[in-house]
Amino acid sequence: MDTLIEVQNLIKHFPLQKGFIDNLLAKEKGVVKAVDGVSFSIAKGEVLGLVGESGCGKTTTGRLILRLLEPTSGDVFYSGRSIFSYSKKDMEKMRLKMQIIFQDPYASLSPRMTIGKAIGHPLEIHNHRNSGERKEICLRIMEKVGLTPASFLYRKYPHQLSGGQRQRVVIARALITNPDFVVADEPIAMADVSVRALILELMVRLKEEFDLTYLFITHDLATCKYICDRVAIMYLGKIVEIGPLKDVFKNPVHPYTATLLAAVPVPDPKFRRTQPIPKGEIPSPINPPPGCRFHPRCHAAKATCSVEEPRLVEVGQDHWVACSLESSASGQKPHLST
Amino acid sequence: MENILEIKDLNVQFPINIGTVRAVDGVSLDLERGEVMGLVGESGCGKSTLGFSILRLLRPPGMITGGRILFNDRDIVRMSTKEVLSIRGREIAMIFQDPLTSLNPLFRIGDQFIETILTHEKKMNRKSALNRAERMLESLGISSERLSEYPHQMSGGMRQRIMIGMGLILDPDLLIADEPTTSLDVVVEAQFLDLLADLCRKYNLTIILITHNLGNVAQLADRITVMYGGTIAEVGPAQSIFDNPLHPYSQGLLASIPNIKLDQPKLATMPGSPPDLVNPPPGCVFHPRCPKAMDICKAERPKEIRKDGRRVYCWLYG
Amino acid sequence: MRFSPAHALVQGLTPFMRMGRKYGLEWWILVFGALIILAIVVMAMFPGFFAPFSPYDQNTGPQLAPPGDPHLMGTDNLQRDVWSRIVYGSQTILRVAVLAAVISSFTGIILGLISGFWGGLLDRTLSLVMDSLYVFPGLILAIAFAAMFGPGVINITLAVAVIYIPTYFRLVRGQTLSIKEELYVEAAKAIGASSSTILWKYIFPNVIATTVVVFTLNVADAIMIEAALTYLGLGLPPSIVDWGMDLAMGKKFLPSGQWWLITFPGAMISLLALGFTMLGEGLAEILNPRLLER
Repeated sequence: MDTLIEVQNLIKHFPLQKGFIDNLLAKEKGVVKAVDGVSFSIAKGEVLGLVGESGCGKTTTGRLILRLLEPTSGDVFYSGRSIFSYSKKDMEKMRLKMQIIFQDPYASLSPRMTIGKAIGHPLEIHNHRNSGERKEICLRIMEKVGLTPASFLYRKYPHQLSGGQRQRVVIARALITNPDFVVADEPIAMADVSVRALILELMVRLKEEFDLTYLFITHDLATCKYICDRVAIMYLGKIVEIGPLKDVFKNPVHPYTATLLAAVPVPDPKFRRTQPIPKGEIPSPINPPPGCRFHPRCHAAKATCSVEEPRLVEVGQDHWVACSLESSASGQKPHLST
Repeated sequence: MENILEIKDLNVQFPINIGTVRAVDGVSLDLERGEVMGLVGESGCGKSTLGFSILRLLRPPGMITGGRILFNDRDIVRMSTKEVLSIRGREIAMIFQDPLTSLNPLFRIGDQFIETILTHEKKMNRKSALNRAERMLESLGISSERLSEYPHQMSGGMRQRIMIGMGLILDPDLLIADEPTTSLDVVVEAQFLDLLADLCRKYNLTIILITHNLGNVAQLADRITVMYGGTIAEVGPAQSIFDNPLHPYSQGLLASIPNIKLDQPKLATMPGSPPDLVNPPPGCVFHPRCPKAMDICKAERPKEIRKDGRRVYCWLYG
Repeated sequence: MRFSPAHALVQGLTPFMRMGRKYGLEWWILVFGALIILAIVVMAMFPGFFAPFSPYDQNTGPQLAPPGDPHLMGTDNLQRDVWSRIVYGSQTILRVAVLAAVISSFTGIILGLISGFWGGLLDRTLSLVMDSLYVFPGLILAIAFAAMFGPGVINITLAVAVIYIPTYFRLVRGQTLSIKEELYVEAAKAIGASSSTILWKYIFPNVIATTVVVFTLNVADAIMIEAALTYLGLGLPPSIVDWGMDLAMGKKFLPSGQWWLITFPGAMISLLALGFTMLGEGLAEILNPRLLER
């Protein structure tokens, strides 16, 4: 399969605001290490799940890939060409091909724009055809995402629609320019429980129909099962495990992955968790623990874990893990970032 | 097993400019002492409203328009404000979704504990109140140094544990938890649920867990109440409802949630959307979306039917 | 169904009653204010229909005649019919006040948008200028500008316009700053919208609602200020019919008991200002909940 997206050693540090006194005293400026050296690739037509809890950097990674943020260092390649090498004008054209679906459908729609105008806006920006044709295309895509009756809903405002419908509007807007690649940032987190299944099903269907590639960002491992081919687990700005979904779920190698999988609440009392969950919470990304970031909470941590940062090594068919317990097992070849 | 709480035919309404929202419509529920009751449903089904009504914490214009809430043989609906105030915190406690907004950001944690204690235990002094707070934090696994901190200095998980501490400091019999884990990460959520289970055993607590997350409920609850459109769909032991949901809504709901342990190729979907509570559909409130709706469902509200050790409100069984 | 005037009236009234039920008192305040304004506008548009005499006619009847028949509001010392002067005076005041408000809002909104959106040195400079202007009480500033610009209709319009620009500026700039951070603006960037598109299609429509309210209150204010300026002799030449002018002229006759010369112009000024204020207040209440509807 062709690689559509390749991310190489992506780093994004957000500087902390220094107070006036701190400036005077020339104190060291702290940084939030949101994304700290992330590398992976996404093949054309596949769905990669980017999973992690809050503060792990998954949302920032998604935005970096679409160049909604400029990285501190590192590179992102789209069909072999670095997106950071594009001029502003070319980048605007690229936006036709790379789109994003946000988490909060209400906040991502302007309250003063009818949904018809909102969905058709990408076409308007890129000067596609006249307004009559734009409306046609818009109505057609509204039907495809299930916003029916389309001509009736065309003139409605976001506050007149239900949450599920709003999310469909966001999806329609993302797909109207026929993109190849879509970043979905927690697309169902804010939807009602019974609506989530509908939206997931819609996304799967649209992927087939439009031949899309997704980066599916979520904190919910259970949802991944229904849409993702591969999954990457992030913790505090780094990828700790990445591989085919079935493999990672069946044989989680990294202790954090195992913790996550154990913590997912299962809607069936038969599967009640009997093992205790590791203590502790996610540390601050301003001062991540030295060495392996997970070591303070890891039951299998050794002395080296607090000193050396483990690299991603291959432990199975295209299944990579960043854990010193694994790399010492056999001298594996390191991940594509080097 | 005696009942600690009995809700009989409760009606809660919100008169707003376009009409009256029937948030809770004829709900009857019994709660056994020492059990964990999961109150599940989607947003707008009335579960949070029900929780708030138990302590008469409804925000105006919401009001209880009918029914009784019997707690230890006293009717909370008919109590005077003074009596309700003395129950709150002391016999029935409530914890909420977002600890950042439910804890006062301007006061240290210790002070907030002391205030709670001294409001109800007029004879205590500050020192003994502080001691009690320290002991509570210990049982929650939090160092007592935290008492001198402010809420914003703590992580979300810790704040939520403080919330439990505040709820349990006066040793109530009943704890109502309204979506307590929605704002937490999944690992912290799991830790929190374990803590709740532990405290439930230790203090012989009865817990009402209000949530839309069926996974949480499966982890913790003994019995489950499924609500829809302000009414109850079914009530029964957790395992039997998950194994064999009787009400079509429960069936649809359970089939549509992702289950990491199962090998479902696809999720089932439920067409339609939640009902308009100002003008609810006649008869059974679920009938417009029900794949098994019959003529009687469109005309008459289903009555309570007992089947398989459960209570169901569905004409399919009666 | 038989068609009758009563039927048509009920049909026409129904949407009003529905809105009234929905929004309560605020709606009726809005309607009332709008009716006042409408009445005066109609009067200004068809002065010949309402005024029996020309406002300049110095021979309409006895000097300083009290209100009665045929002079509804009496006559002034130049034997002019007060009521006719009121009717024609409405044109002047509406023109000046509304035009001033239009100029004010245009300038203030555009500057606020640009300043809030682009930020940087431009923003800081503009904010400084605007804050300095804002500090002055409106009337004092207007007097200063009127004195600076000299007499004349255009000049007085400008003087009244300038004093309200900072209000629009501050309002719009503040809103622009916060809307800039909203997710839908980021979404617009994600679909490739240019900065100007974002400014006009995304930020501007979300800002405009509150400015409508400010506009109506602006007009109310402008009416008072224009009247005050002409009262003080700073504005219009005496050849133009103006309520404020008549107010000033009529002042001297009050001690001798000729109250109608000052009362009617004064009342009309207050009434028109009230009309716009009610419109503004009603709009503020009605537009706001709509924005919160989620």
